Amino acid sequence: MKLKTFLGGIHPPGNKRLSEGKRIEAIPLPQKVYIPLVQHIGAPCEAKVEIGQKVKKGELLADSQAFVSAPVHASLSGSVIEIKNYPHAGGNQVKTIIIESDGLDEWVKEPQNGQNPLKLSPDEIKQKIRQAGIVGLGGAAFPSHVKLSPPKEKKIDAVILNGVECEPYLTADHQLMMEKPADIVKGLQIIMRALGVKQGYIGIEANKPDAVQAMQEATKEDSHIEVVGLKVKYPQGAEKQLIKAVLDREVPPPPGLPMDVGAVIQNVGTAYAIYEALSSGKPLIERVVTITGKGIKKPKNLSLRIGTLFSEVIDYCGGLTGEVGKILMGGPMMGLAQYTTQVPVIKGTSGILILPKGESPPTKAGRCINCGMCVRACPMKLIPSILGTYCERDLLDEAEEAQVLNCIECGSCVYVCPAKRHLVQIIKYGKSAILAKKREQKNKS
Amino acid sequence: MLAAVISLGGLAFILALGLGVASKIFAVETDPTVEAIAEVLPGANCGGCGYAGCAGFAEAVASGQTAPTECKAAGSDIVAQMAQILGVKIEETEKKVVKIFCQGSSDNCKSKFLYEGVFDCRAAVLLGGGYKACPYSCLGYGSCVKACPFGAIEIGPKGLPIVDEQKCTGCGSCIRQCPRGILRLLPISQKYYIPCSSKDKGKAVRQVCQTGCLACKLCLKKCPNQAITIENNQPRIDAQKCSGCGVCAEKCPKKIIQLASNG
Amino acid sequence: MQSENIVGKENMSDILDMVTVSTSPHARSKDTVAIIMYCVLLAILPTSLAGVYFFGIKALIIILIGTLGAVATEALVQPLLGQKISIMDGSAAVTGLLLALTLPPTTPWWMVLVGAAIAIIIGKLIYGGLGNNPFNPALIGRVVLLVSWPVQLTRWQKPVFLFSKTIDTITTASPLGILKDKGAAHIANIRLLDLFLGNRAGCIGEVSVLLILLGLGYLIWKGYVTWHIPVCCLGTVFLFSGIFWLINPAQYANPLFHLFSGGLMFGACFMATDMVTSPITTKGMMIFGAGAGLITIIIRLFGGYPEGISFAILFMNAVCPLIDKYTMPKGFGRA
Repeated sequence: MKLKTFLGGIHPPGNKRLSEGKRIEAIPLPQKVYIPLVQHIGAPCEAKVEIGQKVKKGELLADSQAFVSAPVHASLSGSVIEIKNYPHAGGNQVKTIIIESDGLDEWVKEPQNGQNPLKLSPDEIKQKIRQAGIVGLGGAAFPSHVKLSPPKEKKIDAVILNGVECEPYLTADHQLMMEKPADIVKGLQIIMRALGVKQGYIGIEANKPDAVQAMQEATKEDSHIEVVGLKVKYPQGAEKQLIKAVLDREVPPPPGLPMDVGAVIQNVGTAYAIYEALSSGKPLIERVVTITGKGIKKPKNLSLRIGTLFSEVIDYCGGLTGEVGKILMGGPMMGLAQYTTQVPVIKGTSGILILPKGESPPTKAGRCINCGMCVRACPMKLIPSILGTYCERDLLDEAEEAQVLNCIECGSCVYVCPAKRHLVQIIKYGKSAILAKKREQKNKS
Repeated sequence: MLAAVISLGGLAFILALGLGVASKIFAVETDPTVEAIAEVLPGANCGGCGYAGCAGFAEAVASGQTAPTECKAAGSDIVAQMAQILGVKIEETEKKVVKIFCQGSSDNCKSKFLYEGVFDCRAAVLLGGGYKACPYSCLGYGSCVKACPFGAIEIGPKGLPIVDEQKCTGCGSCIRQCPRGILRLLPISQKYYIPCSSKDKGKAVRQVCQTGCLACKLCLKKCPNQAITIENNQPRIDAQKCSGCGVCAEKCPKKIIQLASNG
Repeated sequence: MQSENIVGKENMSDILDMVTVSTSPHARSKDTVAIIMYCVLLAILPTSLAGVYFFGIKALIIILIGTLGAVATEALVQPLLGQKISIMDGSAAVTGLLLALTLPPTTPWWMVLVGAAIAIIIGKLIYGGLGNNPFNPALIGRVVLLVSWPVQLTRWQKPVFLFSKTIDTITTASPLGILKDKGAAHIANIRLLDLFLGNRAGCIGEVSVLLILLGLGYLIWKGYVTWHIPVCCLGTVFLFSGIFWLINPAQYANPLFHLFSGGLMFGACFMATDMVTSPITTKGMMIFGAGAGLITIIIRLFGGYPEGISFAILFMNAVCPLIDKYTMPKGFGRA
């Protein structure tokens, strides 16, 4: 199969062997789960339960009136012991519902197998997806029912499932594709029905030949779904790069979105969750997470309940091998660094990566030497070095003209930079300053 | 030789004549008041007045859009000069200087993690709520230092900013840059102030910082002039009512209330 | 609302010492500025050795004085300017070596030292150090020497071969010098192979075209330099000289002669590709290379100097920011 790709990108060491091929395990029921009310992009949820209330697995805990939002559900049965601000993997404190398990793990409503979701209307499908609290499990956690409800004028003609997993170390999606290929395909068919789209694709990087084969097997009956092999390059799994490689279309700069070129992307994990929700009524209460890194004794792929603390997961995997350098939620390229293991697993947690001391040593940033390696690496055809310089000096108008808002913060430029400049941090600051200025101007007028 | 002198000299003379004529023909009409005001202004273009630099402010004052006291960087003598040029009477306002409302140096305030990244407060605050354990503390990377057009603020040996009150004009450029809001303007006559910006109280503060205000309200109760009010667990001393008796500083259990100025 | 405090012992995992938190990404390649500079040194090593082979111990002395002189100048002058000493990043050594390789083997030792000092101080340090300089420092040094001491800087010698019995140097004119002074007829007997291998009079590092290309290949393989600048520069020279040669082969030398003689190959491969002073955009690099090539061949054919690459590159360095500004990419997703 000919491999497709995009311009730019880098080749960091994959390091997937640590957890590749390890079957997905469930961990023993946690004693407490900490469920934040914000685990998604959009409006925060409001708690619908009270302290002391007994809840069952799958029961609705919090919801919001806003369209761009997703409800959260209890991931085990027990009683609500606290509702307070608690550390969140995003770095700040977020209102969290803490549930103490009663050990019984009882469903609020037993999952019923055998419903045929393809008989439902698109609106019913989207409603059930919202009710199940499903968000993008690739990491961005955008409410799925919103993604599947584009405005009428945007004509969607393709759905692409993201099975790329270009981040080093992570193998959760790979393992899911190996263990549940048929369910993922059924999920894709449900998504295609919800959007009224005839053609579906599943994009997989060529370093997962077994997954490519498994998905090809699972789709051989359906001529409307094509498995697309992609060249191994980071960030192939980024939305815009995936669309460019599979469909050869370029998404316009913000506020442009994939729907502007007629495409919708969903992670394979999201497709699986959608299938589970529509076929048996299960809300999103657990997900596959890769625990890996040279800092953890036994790297694994685990199915974790939402709200399980990182520390419990680390203990289940044998604990730490030594001094910890960094704790990351996600992969090494776009993962969020944590300062404590007392944070819960949330819907967007695709991996927990423990880097030992020395693997990601502190670097002293020097001056740009104009080598151009960042230009060659950037998948969005930007000049990261110049963007960094503009943002550093607060030349926000020049930065905006140089299209800093089009940066996807993938980190390819920082990876290659020999001067070790903190380009992504500087650009993040620049983008937030530009957007703050725009909001201020909008409020004034 | 002579030819060279004559030709170059002649060329210079003709060009100079041309420049002189051009300066008369293409002269831009300027209001002499605006020029006079612009002359006395500090010329730092700090933006404290809200206008585009000192030139913009001079125009606004001359046309009556704004008052001379709006120039925060102007001392009372400069304001008096402006008043004289405009022919108006100006009320004397007291000079204000910037004070640091935080004492959470690395000796006093714990850190949550080792920060690695750009050494600028506005970038550092985006990561994990800042590396200090107190979410309201100074981060010590000097965004305020970079902002000051008068060179009046620098980061001291403890990692906290130090203000040179002679150079500080109260323009407010540093205040606008600080992402934590720990810099505030105080009148130069204020005797005491409470250098803490924490909105937490009691145990939450004690666990992270040795010099944090616990919001115990002892200073409020003991003040003989009722000069102290508290809002959001942050006590503030009202400069008008404060007599400088120092009872609050004596009674404070953490001994954090400071003398505002040394002269 | 009172926030959860997590630094107290009862909440913080006590096996955790302080971890590092930084913005993503948390993985970086092993390349550093120093590694790039040392790889450049490695790339120009073969042609340096060729220079010593062809021109003897004198060449080696010039190379050592140039390299060490540049490093010493930087170490002594940076503290005076309030800069941190940065000789360990290898860029001073690269500048010194490049300068030495552009000088004739008959250059007096003190002239080399002066050139190295000027290259470092005026070519680099007064702008604030590596990354800030608009002009190629080695070329600044060379051009100042060329303009100040034109006779010494154009006094060539026949290759002596390191281990040959004759130690006297025979001064001779370089192939380009002969072309400029006497015309195309007099260079007809110079073999292209000699020009390619380095068996000719010229500057220490510029003679061995073969080893220069080898060094360039190494840098391209490493990913530090791309093909755009050298190919566009050499291509433009080839094209332009080819046109004139086709029109009048008696008056103009053939394009391969132009490619292999003089400092063009060395300049196009190692001087024009200097990262700091060349454009950062791909289109910009091609314009830069083509411009340098064009100016070089025009000076060679119609100018007063036999060789023009040094001035050509310095001129293109000057317009490099302009080139960058007008070749910014359209960006992803823009029509």
